[in-house]
Amino acid sequence: MKFTWFNLMPWPYLPDDFREKNRSVWVDIDQKLFDPVKSHEVYNTYLDLLEYAAEVGFDAIGCNEHHQNGYGLMPSPNIIAAALARRTKDVGLVVLGNSIALYNPPVRVAEEFAMLDCISGGRLIAGFPVGTSMDTNFCYGQIPALTREKYQEAHDLIIKAWTTREPFAWNGRYSKLRHVNIWPRPIQQPHPPIHIPGGGSVETYDFCIDNTYSYSYLSFSGYIRAKALMDGYWKRVTERNAPDRSPYRAGFAQTICVADTDAEAERLYKEHVDYFYNRCLHVYPGFADAPGYRTIKTIQTGALSQYAPPKGGYADLSWKQLTEEGHVIAGSPETVRQRMEELCKSLNVGNIFCLMHVGNMPKEKCMYSTKLFAEKVIPKLRNMFPEFKNDERFWCHPIKQVKPGSLPSEAKALESVGAGR
Amino acid sequence: MDGEPRYESENDMSLELKTVKTHHTPVRYIEGGSGQPLVFLHGAGGATTADPFLAKLAAKYHLYAPLIPGYGDSEECHSIRDMLDFTLHTWDVIEALGLKNPILVGHSMGGMIAAEMAAIAPNDVTRLGLICPAGLWLDAYPIPDLFATMPFEMPQLLFHNVEAGTAMLTAGLQLDDPKFLQTYLVTNARQLGMAGKILFPVPDRGLSERLYRIKAKTVLIWGDSDKLIPPAYAHAFKKGIAGAELVSLPEAGHMVTLEKGEQVVQALGRLG
Repeated sequence: MKFTWFNLMPWPYLPDDFREKNRSVWVDIDQKLFDPVKSHEVYNTYLDLLEYAAEVGFDAIGCNEHHQNGYGLMPSPNIIAAALARRTKDVGLVVLGNSIALYNPPVRVAEEFAMLDCISGGRLIAGFPVGTSMDTNFCYGQIPALTREKYQEAHDLIIKAWTTREPFAWNGRYSKLRHVNIWPRPIQQPHPPIHIPGGGSVETYDFCIDNTYSYSYLSFSGYIRAKALMDGYWKRVTERNAPDRSPYRAGFAQTICVADTDAEAERLYKEHVDYFYNRCLHVYPGFADAPGYRTIKTIQTGALSQYAPPKGGYADLSWKQLTEEGHVIAGSPETVRQRMEELCKSLNVGNIFCLMHVGNMPKEKCMYSTKLFAEKVIPKLRNMFPEFKNDERFWCHPIKQVKPGSLPSEAKALESVGAGR
Repeated sequence: MDGEPRYESENDMSLELKTVKTHHTPVRYIEGGSGQPLVFLHGAGGATTADPFLAKLAAKYHLYAPLIPGYGDSEECHSIRDMLDFTLHTWDVIEALGLKNPILVGHSMGGMIAAEMAAIAPNDVTRLGLICPAGLWLDAYPIPDLFATMPFEMPQLLFHNVEAGTAMLTAGLQLDDPKFLQTYLVTNARQLGMAGKILFPVPDRGLSERLYRIKAKTVLIWGDSDKLIPPAYAHAFKKGIAGAELVSLPEAGHMVTLEKGEQVVQALGRLG
């Protein structure tokens, strides 16, 4: 099992009447709700929490990409990852952004990911999302019906830029480059492992299976509601004659809150879970799916409705429902262990993106929950899939890490250069 | 009450749905009537044989109304991607229909395509009717984002008489039926997916820089209460196309073709 500590980086100061007074947390969210001065502390606390998760033993720490979004303060995941690359060692860096259709030319992504891999010593796990319709179409203006074609071309160009050892010309429909020759290139060969976040598009299943990429379902609805989607994925894995059903072919995001007892979990975390589900997920439905963003094939499978939020939204769900229905896995270490085991087995997933910071959760509670999960839950789940324990295809392969503080003392430096001689 | 909008189809004029082969894809088109050939290019909402405005056109002209691939029961076309593709494809359709210099009329998105066609081949179009066309962008009058508009919000953007418009848009829709909804989603994705290639996220593909090429006698027709493409755009088009005439129709919105169909046909009569 691989556990990645994930922070969406929500803005923690959305007002109590946010839902009533605002139509959307995303795309056209009110500028007045953001306070740049307060954000200084928010960002740095969130970075500290990510570093803390690395210290207590998570396999990786992760960030993602959203734009104009009140629950995701990371329009540029690479900036967050760069900060983490310098301050951590040995922990994987899962960067589940770069929505590669957005960047022109896409070699910029190849270059920045290469830089991250070099700086971190081969710790990068690269994410290539198509991006939500909110981000890709409504915020970044990509034409919905052309987004996937552009994504595909960007992918092909990035992989070629990473793996070709001489300059080449690229005559694409969306990028035309006479001299592609990225410098630097990544440490990991032939390239860093790739995870693709998806939301039920058949095309994305096939893309992952055919390229040996891990398919990540990043849902906020929990593992019980994810069953239909993940079953669809595994069915496809079989249909396309993949050589194995390794659980590392898949990843899943789950909101997790651990406390000493189930009752304590409710007492400590309920308000933050409420904040996340009722304020952060308040998205205007007109932004959910620009016509043309999903392929006809995907809509025709008729499955999308099953993945939608519960009828009536989250506002009406009690703590009991949220936890019993699996939106949130919360409780004592033993409760959480049981439910996590159920999650991993029922969905057959080996990569877990642990959403341990929830909504407006303060850092102290987040540390408590994180530490309990790392110490009392992870060790018991570690060897869930023994037959695939050597499957390293979907994970990073770091080199020996350079220690921070590599500079000599000033006196030694002066002596070494022969200063003043 | 006199002047109350009436939207029922006129049954005396039968319109037929046919297919013509083109380079990219088979194209569905609606044909009816007799007289001078007139090609009508529909807006982002599409067109059907039950469209009362098409019936009115067919009562006076030999009407051809080709559907953009993806509209009606046709498949979307992946190789039509940008404005030039749409423009040349529609010329291909006219060629395939065996027409030479028909009266060229377009509504909204169709008006944008018609204007592009007239700009790219100015010697092949001598009569051009643009009914509240898309294609320009004025910062002072931002056009609402059609692609983020929920179905229930549409009538306010499209009609002068919102109540009558709502009744017409929702007639016959079984919004509680999941099967209907899925078909609706597929249709919407197909149609607006194609439309988005020239309209999303800002419906401007550089037409303003090409309007000067248009030589056709041009009539611009606009509803005074158009809230989707407000009348300020009528003046921008008038300024851009030498000698264009503007016919403004009171008490009509963006669906001026439905709210004032008779007057629109009359105004097109100025093209001769």
